[in-house]
Amino acid sequence: MGWVLIALLIAPFFVGAASLVLPVKAAKVIAPVSGAASFVLVLSLVPAVISHGHVAAGSELRVDALSTVFLVATSFLYFSAALFSAGYLDLQPGAAGERYGRRFYAGLHVFCWAMLAAPLVSGLALLWVAVEVTTVVSALLVAIDDTDTATEAAWKYVLIASMGLGIALFATVVLYYAGTSVFGAGFQLTYAKMLEGARHLPPDVMRLAFVLAVLGYGTKMGLVPVHTWLPDAHSEAPTPVSALLSGALLATSFYAILRFYQLTSAAIGSTYPRNVLLVVGLASLLLAALYLTRQRDMKRMLAYSSVEHMGILAIGMSFGVTLAFVGVLLHVLAHAAAKGTAFFGAGSVLRKFGSKDMAVLRGGVNALPWSGSMLVAAVLALSAMPPFGLFRSEFLIVAGGLSDPRYGVAAVLVALAAVAFLGLAWSTTQTMLTTGRRSADPGAPSEADALALAVPGVQAAALTPERTSGAVDVRTSEPAHRPANVITKGNVITKGEVSPWIVASMGLGIVALVILGVHLPADLSRLLDDAARQLRRPA
Amino acid sequence: MSAHVLSTTAGVEDVVAVIVLLSEFAMLRAPLLRSQVRLYAFQSLAVSALAVVVAATRHVGDIYVLAGLSFLLKAVIVPLVIMRLLRDVDVDLVGSSKLGVASSTLVALAVSIFGFFSVGSLRVRGAALPTTTLAVASAVVLVGFVLIVLRSDVVSQAMGFFSLENGVSVASLAIAAGLPLVVELTFLFDLLVAVVAFGIIMRVHHGRSKTLSTDELDRLRG
Repeated sequence: MGWVLIALLIAPFFVGAASLVLPVKAAKVIAPVSGAASFVLVLSLVPAVISHGHVAAGSELRVDALSTVFLVATSFLYFSAALFSAGYLDLQPGAAGERYGRRFYAGLHVFCWAMLAAPLVSGLALLWVAVEVTTVVSALLVAIDDTDTATEAAWKYVLIASMGLGIALFATVVLYYAGTSVFGAGFQLTYAKMLEGARHLPPDVMRLAFVLAVLGYGTKMGLVPVHTWLPDAHSEAPTPVSALLSGALLATSFYAILRFYQLTSAAIGSTYPRNVLLVVGLASLLLAALYLTRQRDMKRMLAYSSVEHMGILAIGMSFGVTLAFVGVLLHVLAHAAAKGTAFFGAGSVLRKFGSKDMAVLRGGVNALPWSGSMLVAAVLALSAMPPFGLFRSEFLIVAGGLSDPRYGVAAVLVALAAVAFLGLAWSTTQTMLTTGRRSADPGAPSEADALALAVPGVQAAALTPERTSGAVDVRTSEPAHRPANVITKGNVITKGEVSPWIVASMGLGIVALVILGVHLPADLSRLLDDAARQLRRPA
Repeated sequence: MSAHVLSTTAGVEDVVAVIVLLSEFAMLRAPLLRSQVRLYAFQSLAVSALAVVVAATRHVGDIYVLAGLSFLLKAVIVPLVIMRLLRDVDVDLVGSSKLGVASSTLVALAVSIFGFFSVGSLRVRGAALPTTTLAVASAVVLVGFVLIVLRSDVVSQAMGFFSLENGVSVASLAIAAGLPLVVELTFLFDLLVAVVAFGIIMRVHHGRSKTLSTDELDRLRG
């Protein structure tokens, strides 16, 4: 099975390089194929990992149950984001659009490549390198739209995340130093080796390494107080990138923290790392729940929801029982599916209405019967409603907390998750489930006014009956693909989906969420159990 | 190696590490962007020198390679990339610091002292921890943060990040000299990729706003 690891490590990178030279039409088709192939390859690893405990290729590549869980999440989003991109990108004809498309697809593949590489490698140093590559590539992807806000978001992101990773590198160096006191100089810094000698690692040094790792990788994971880049980057990036950032990249950083957690708890017991994670987890959950209630920008709201869910993951780890760990790992998978679907829905709305301002947008489900409804479903999933996967995972986490027992923390978790639910569900239903008119606004313009107010391009698009695709085809000269941020007033939007690709990618996510929630496949369930046991394994 | 020789070489390492820290303080007060980049090049030179010292005293041949490549990348390529950017955009704005020279130096001093004491409080059984070098390295990292926070232009902030990375390199030389060469080289390669990305985004920023200042980057909030 070792060849699968090598294929996963090589293929996406070369597909990315090829996308740079191929015509965009070809890249558009190749991307979902490459994504699907990665997903299938990862799934084919699952039985082998369950039966042998791990799969390795050489000394540098090694996956066990824990890393496979993260590979599943990332490759799933790779597939669905590639599918979504085919429908979402609205490229200007001509050289500018072509250049944008090539850069976008190359970046998408290389970004996914780096995120897949992180769980594949066996060493903590290479893990750091992979995470740093994700930062660099995704920062360029955030900047790709070349607008003022995208540039601002990209600068904040690349600077803050790089600083965080500087700290994570420090953590890696300190961990290596801890290892030299057991293995002597010049050893390979792999988890497997470090776990062997974990009992003899110096406790103070391990504590330092763990705190630095939580601070450093936590910056990329979006843990409060080092989350500040996250809402900006997630809201300004092209939507497929937002989905990958939120569903896969945050999880990849969490994976790095879990590796440090595993080593630290094997060395000095789990109390200390659990307490650290409890503090940052509660802070993240609290702050995100409060900010969620006051967001107008749909993608920004989803970004804060990611902070909330990362907080839940950290709290879940702090419970320290296998039940909660299974919940945490399931949560990683379900969050990837749900957040991907929600962002795709937001992207569909953005394409349709040319806006993501929830204070103005109304009648989403009317205009977008499929993707609109699936967006509402995804938001309900994010609020941990049954029958979706996040209900099951949060249930397991809370149940773990009650058996730990940390009643207080479990109660706070449930309360804050409820606040977050209110924020998410209120604004989404306002936007999506209301009718097309803004009845709440006393000064709302009549339909005739609305038409007069609307930008001419919007009218033209809406009034031409044969444009059943319904895309608001307003293109300003500036961005090479992005629909202009025209706030349409009134219902000048025709009914109909933007693209079947968007509906397909969202449908995929909803199906995954229902599978995770209703009937977890036996192999997957086994994988989660194994991974959770790995985190529990005493030194 | 006798205890005497050991303490002498440790002394040399400490001196070079302190030079790295002092050049960081100089960056903090350097008014011109160009001088800041030059100071960074000097700091990187000092880090490469530290690598040579470590290689010679601990007899780790690999580190000579590392020293050479780190000199090439950090003391030559990175400064050249940034200098070219400065030449192209034709800005060399003066003193974008949010605090005066005296106050920022005081803040940096306070932060370094914090770094010194927190490393000093580490207790390690067995292996001797090169506490002084590690303490200086953490001070370099922390002053790098101060530099990024206090300066409000993209070049100074990028230089702050790169000098922060130099601090981590000092720490890595002090306590993890045995880290396999291939890993160290990947770190360097990563830095190269990072400087390219920083360069691109800085150019995009300048292309849009015609300035290197970050004062306008306040549209996204809440």
